[in-house]
Amino acid sequence: MLRKNTYNEFVKILSKPRSFLGIGALTLLILLIIFAMKADGKSIISFVTASFEQTLSFNGHILNGYLIAFIILQMLIVHVPLLVALVTGDLISGEAAMGTIRMLATKPISRTKIVLSKFIAGAIYTLILILWMGFLAVIVSQWIFGTGDLIVLNSDGLTILQEQDILWRFGAGFMVAYLALLTVSSLSICLSAFAENSIGPIVATMAIIILFTIIGTLDVSIFDTIKPYLFTTHMASWRSFFENPVDMGTIMESVLILVVHNILLVALAIWKFNRKDITS
Amino acid sequence: MSNTIIKVQHLSKRFGTFQAVKDVSFEVNKGDVFGFLGPNGAGKSTTIRCLLSLIKADAGSLELFGKNLSSDRNEILRQTGSIIEKPDFYKYMSARKNLEVFARISGADVDASDIQNMLEFVGLGDRGPHKVGGFSHGMKQRLGIAQTLLHNPELIILDEPTTGLDPQGIIEVRNLILKLKNEQHKTILLSSHQLSEIELIANRMVIINKGVSIVEGEVAELLNSTELMVSYEVENANDLVNYLTNAKPALHFQVISDRIVEIALNKNEVPALTEELIHARIRIHAIEPKRKLEDYFMKIIAS
Repeated sequence: MLRKNTYNEFVKILSKPRSFLGIGALTLLILLIIFAMKADGKSIISFVTASFEQTLSFNGHILNGYLIAFIILQMLIVHVPLLVALVTGDLISGEAAMGTIRMLATKPISRTKIVLSKFIAGAIYTLILILWMGFLAVIVSQWIFGTGDLIVLNSDGLTILQEQDILWRFGAGFMVAYLALLTVSSLSICLSAFAENSIGPIVATMAIIILFTIIGTLDVSIFDTIKPYLFTTHMASWRSFFENPVDMGTIMESVLILVVHNILLVALAIWKFNRKDITS
Repeated sequence: MSNTIIKVQHLSKRFGTFQAVKDVSFEVNKGDVFGFLGPNGAGKSTTIRCLLSLIKADAGSLELFGKNLSSDRNEILRQTGSIIEKPDFYKYMSARKNLEVFARISGADVDASDIQNMLEFVGLGDRGPHKVGGFSHGMKQRLGIAQTLLHNPELIILDEPTTGLDPQGIIEVRNLILKLKNEQHKTILLSSHQLSEIELIANRMVIINKGVSIVEGEVAELLNSTELMVSYEVENANDLVNYLTNAKPALHFQVISDRIVEIALNKNEVPALTEELIHARIRIHAIEPKRKLEDYFMKIIAS
């Protein structure tokens, strides 16, 4: 029954125009970045490398597909949560608002399975979104700009990664980025279990992300104890794969915290939905 | 196996300080079209939602098919089809797609031809590919009935299925329910706030008011009880009262206005009394028999 309802949930997601809005917006944004980099990328790169040119000499194909993919990932990973929440935020509350929750909850399927199937369908949608983003960012960028070594500007300075040492980093980076987006999906589904309208959980998810991000960037000692446990702190952990050497300890810590967030949020959604009187 | 399909005993449910259902008990037997009658706000929908596990009851017991709802929920719902208040569907999906979605989790094997047959059964045979967003309320109601029947349930629960429909829609839904009763011999629980609707469709019923079940039994027996309240509209109520007091001291009557007196009579007493009143030169303008239950129900609604 879980498999059948997951299929149902995915059919519902695919039937909603808003599901394609996210994919369309993502495509447009990435193509826009690629176009901008194609048109004026060299001057942007010169501007960034200018401060190093007294000590370093840059040769070779710097403006390559890997660099564009890195820039895309860096720029868009902040905005993709909105596209995820737009779809997953009303998976439960949207049914309450539409009244279909009555029909769904009177079928021979447990409420736990209803929530789980929505979570799985949301996870598949998020995966499709990130795979599409990966395809456009890595494959299409490579096709247009070619390949080469990747120069990454980190807080410690410049990191230069060899061409043959990059692709696996993107693969691993996208996996961690997916986990971060999955946490956003779980958060919005959890909020959706508490709400009766579609828009509330979507707005609340974004508000929480903004609030936690602000807390994470504020240099106030009182927040220092909670910062490591905020999921937003770990949303950019994918970036650690582009350091040399890769700090696997920090990455695994982030993965653990994100996984725990996912489990807790889905458990909370199940708990709430099981106790909910459906009066809509 | 027991003949009882639904057994509700002393059900109660409170929402905060509001006691929606206080003490509701009734039994629905196999093959019944059971009327669940009560004015708006009587607790009908809350009771039905409890029956379908949408709401958790505070107290009382709910048994369907001889099984406890809390322990055998899925097994019970596999044999049950329902429409609660109004059927709502995924507006962005076609009628067929909606039925496919609900059929998939109904616990039965339903294929494309079953869905088409069901759409035809409810008169929507050519509407399968159309998006539900463009359907009228009546069409949604019929699609709702199709959705309840898809998995061939033994029990069908319909909560106010004719609410919001135009007269034509009411007739269509009523005929559909009768078709289910006569052709498919389903057990149907039908809630309504209209006695006339229950009278037309149901064979048994319960009346609830303010969250309490008041009377339960065969519709024919309850409505055609031999004792009637007969309303006599006369030129002067005092003349009639004087006559009854002197000539018929055993009769119970009630003065409604200066022209109307209601008298408790058996059906067979009406012609004789009317003849006597004519002989006594009491000018009768109208005689209106009122069934006690109907009168009682109208008083509940009025209050």
